[in-house]
Formats: sequence, C-alpha cells, structure tokens
Amino acid sequence: MKTRKVTYSVLGHGMLIIMSLLFIIPFFWLVSSSLKADQEIFTRELRWLPSKFRWNNYREAIEYIPFLRYLSNTLIICFANVIGATLSCSLVAYGFSRIRWYGRDAMFVVLLSTMMISGVVTMIPVFRIFRGLGWIGTFLPLIAPSFLGSAFFIFLLRQFFMGIPLELSEAAIIDGCSELGIYARIILPLAKPALLTVALFTFLGHWNDFMGPLIYLTDNSKYTLAVGLQQFLGQHDAEWSKLMALSTLLILPVIVLFFFTQKTFVKGIALTGIKG
Amino acid sequence: MIFRFDHFREALKSPSERRNLRNGILFISPWLIGLFVFTAYPIIASFYWSFCLFDGFSPPVWVGTENYRLLLFEDAIFWKSLVNTLYMVFLALPVTLSFSLLLALLLNMKVKGLPFYRTILYLPSIAPVIAVSILWLWMLNPEYGLINHLLGFFGIDVVGWLIDPKLAKPALVIMGLWQVGGGVLIFLAGLQQVPAHLYEAAEVDGAGALRKFFHVTLPMLSPIIFFNLIMGIIGYFQYFTQAFVMTQGGPQDATLFYALHLFNKAFLDFQIGYSSAMAWLLFVLILFATSIVLRSAKKWVYYEGAGR
Repeated sequence: MKTRKVTYSVLGHGMLIIMSLLFIIPFFWLVSSSLKADQEIFTRELRWLPSKFRWNNYREAIEYIPFLRYLSNTLIICFANVIGATLSCSLVAYGFSRIRWYGRDAMFVVLLSTMMISGVVTMIPVFRIFRGLGWIGTFLPLIAPSFLGSAFFIFLLRQFFMGIPLELSEAAIIDGCSELGIYARIILPLAKPALLTVALFTFLGHWNDFMGPLIYLTDNSKYTLAVGLQQFLGQHDAEWSKLMALSTLLILPVIVLFFFTQKTFVKGIALTGIKG
Repeated sequence: MIFRFDHFREALKSPSERRNLRNGILFISPWLIGLFVFTAYPIIASFYWSFCLFDGFSPPVWVGTENYRLLLFEDAIFWKSLVNTLYMVFLALPVTLSFSLLLALLLNMKVKGLPFYRTILYLPSIAPVIAVSILWLWMLNPEYGLINHLLGFFGIDVVGWLIDPKLAKPALVIMGLWQVGGGVLIFLAGLQQVPAHLYEAAEVDGAGALRKFFHVTLPMLSPIIFFNLIMGIIGYFQYFTQAFVMTQGGPQDATLFYALHLFNKAFLDFQIGYSSAMAWLLFVLILFATSIVLRSAKKWVYYEGAGR
C-alpha cells in the first residue's frame, strides 16, 4: 500500500513537471524569438536561444508603431473603466443589498437574467446608438458602459455587501448619517478586497479587449495596443521577431500585475466559479 | 417575488418605505439606465430588424421571415459556419474540460510548490488573446514554427497546421488547451472543498484510487463541472477572435465560425437585418444547448445538502 502511494506521488509529480514545462515553452519561445536576428528566425533547425540577444528588435518594434501613443490610449481606457466600474457597480450593489425597498428582489432577478443575454444580440444596436451619438472613433463607447454598471460585478459586490452586519448601518443612521454617507464611510472601506477584485478584472478585461476597440476605433492615432498589434500583423506579417517583441510587451504587464495581486486573483476566480 | 400593485400602494403609505424606495432606485439608477439603453432597446431593435431588409443607412423595410428563410435554405456558408462551431462545442469543449480537470487533479496532490505550478498553468489564460493568437501563429508556422521543429524529431515532416483545412480546427483546439487556466482554478477550488472524511470512508470500504475518483471526486465536483460546461458552451458558440486574427476564416472556410460569419455580414457587408437574424438564431441555439444541459443536470449534478 505504501509503495503504491509513493508510485502515485512520483507519477503525479512527474506529470505536473512535464505539464508545467509544456505550458512554459510557448512563453519561452515568444521571448527567445523576440530577441533573434532574422537569419536565426527563418531557419529549419531548432534554436532554443538566439546566439546573440538582439535587444534592438524591441527598439525597432516600438519605433515601427506609435507604441507610446497606443500604450497611453490603452491605459486611459483601462483606468477610466476601472473608475467607472468600481463606482457604478458598488453604488448599484448597495441599492440591491443595504436598502430594503419594495420590488428590490424582483429587480435583482431581472439583473441576473440580463447575464443570460448574449452580447452578439445587442452588439449591432449598441453600435448604432453610439453612432447616433457621434461617438464612433472616440474612446467613449469603450468607457461609458462601465459607468452604468455590469451585472456580473454588481452580483459579486452585492454578495459581499450582504455579509456586512446590518447593525453598522443602523448605528450610523441613528447618528444621522445618510445612505450615501453609509455607502462612502462604512461599506466602501470594508469592501476593499471585493472592490479590488472588480478593479483588477476590469483593468485586465480592457487591457485584453480586442473586439471593442476593433469596432469602435477608426482613427489610427486612437488605437489601443491590441488593435495596433493586429494592424501591425496585417502590414508586416513576416516580421516575426518584431511581432514577438510587441506581443511580449503586451503580455508582460499582465504577468507583472498577476504576480502583485495573486491572492486577489485566485480568490476572485474561485468566488466567481463557486458562487456563480 | 411577484410585483403586486396593490401591495406596492399599501407599502408607500409609510414615509420610511417611501424614502427607502426612493433611495433604492437612486442607487441602482446607473444600472437601470444601462438596462434600457444597452439591453432592452437593443433586444427589441435587433429582433425587429431581423424581420427587415436593413443596410444600416436607409430605413428598415419589413420583409417578414425572409432573412431566416435565406439563412436556413440559401446560405451554404451559414451551414458551414454552424458545423464549424458545433465542432468546437462538441469536440473542443469536452477535450478542454477533461484536460482542465486533469490539471486540477494534478495540482490537488498536496505537492510542494503549488503556488508556483498554479501560476504557470494559469498565466496563459489571462494573456491578451491578440498576443496569444500571434504567438501561436508563429508557433504553428509550417516551416519555422516550434511545433513542427519538435515534430521533426519524431520524423514527422512539415505539417501545414493553419493552411490545411483538415488541421486548422484541431490547431485551434491545441492552442485552446494552453488557455484552460481559469477553468483549472475553478476545478481546483472545488476539489479543495471535497471533505476529507468522504475519502477516508471510501478507503475504509476498500476503494482504490479509480473508484474514489468516480464515486467521490466526480459526484462532489459535478456542480462545478456543470458550471464550467455551461460557460464553455456559451463561450465556444461565440468563438471569434482567434479565428479573426489567425485565419480570417480560412483555409477553405474551415475556421469560418458562426460569430465570424455574423461579424462579416454586419460590419463588412452592412446586412444589418440579415446579421440580426443570425444573432437571434445563435441566441436561440445557445439557450437550447444550455437548457438541455440544465435539464440533464438533475440526473448527474449532485448538490450537497439538497438531498436526492
């Protein structure tokens, strides 16, 4: 029995290590290709590492496209969304959890059911609304929706707010605090971990977003990194080392962000999966 | 739960109830506006347009069910895109789900360095799709890509992954396996909640590892399998970005998925009425598929504390 257990654990460990290797190899290939000279890129023999690290690929890639402009566009969109989502979703979640009003639970069912509606159905009319407003080609269609809340994050925050003892609110009301005051001074500080989860997922979602900028941004100078990268692919589809350099630059912040916020991430994912 | 107007009027007689109602509505008002602008109006509009001839510029002209008829009986590419999409739902999804369960089981072995392994398996799934697509376009390059380099060691000659109609979809599935991390973490969280006493009891009864897996782990994990399955169905029916970036639907329409066909109809051909009909049909398909899973859930999903 004992030896069998040992065999299992050795086998399991071995498989885990092999899997991890398989998962790391694409990243390794990405970075290694981004540092290769062209003659080492286009070769039929396998070379894991460039013979000389060609850091110039990065400089050239950044100069090829208006990288800093794309970066600042992306960051503007990301941060505006983070502000919009945390603000609106927490307000709405407060209304759904900390105030008891007639019809609240029925409305909450409506909120949950909107999560079922596919974005494919609403995509075209929403596009036309923004066109009617004259917002095509600006950041507004990519930012404004966040200020009107998102069902999933509202749900997540509402679950969290429900867990905060009601006595805290009651005491504050006796002290003459308004609902807005309770929201700002009591609930928000206590809900920091949940708000952080919302902020993180919002930031990441918009950093990674491709479809939105693809549809709404028409002017080259307004592009985000994701759309800029796709455009670069269309124009220089054989410049693999530069494509890899730019892809590395797009992935790297995500990895860094993950390392700094690992706990929030893992908790958030588990929360969404099990409670969802 | 049901809203009754007479109760509502009764409730509004007390000033504190009135105040609460006002405050509640004020707090949720951002979402209420969004509900009308981004959900209610679009649903009504796209449903109406799906019965119209509409290019997005001149006013829509009512044509009845013509769009749906064209779609189902005249558009061969539509059927091709549907078959391609069903391939992903019926083949890619089970493969991806089993693979993520396997990875979660490996991570759940109480190994040293779990955070390290977890990070490595999870990271690819949060990398931007566009960067991942470009990386895999390069990895799958027939002549210089890493995959074919490695296959060369086994004597396999140049494989034209994304240029061979037979291999293009499997290539996308392989790429998808690299991005299963989110599902793995959800499975792992579920595995960690299976009470140890169940395993101990099974061991006392003389159950081996396989029996424990099929009679303890799988039933206890079934709500999470259910969740991942539903999310997977919704996601794969709308599979878009990877195909848009990597193959534009080719070779020979082998990766022309439903959402890609819809996108082309709407944003390249400006057939708004036609693509609205496509969107509604897709929505119905997704609802149908999820409701089948939902209905079957009674037979295989076990909720602790719900009794059976």
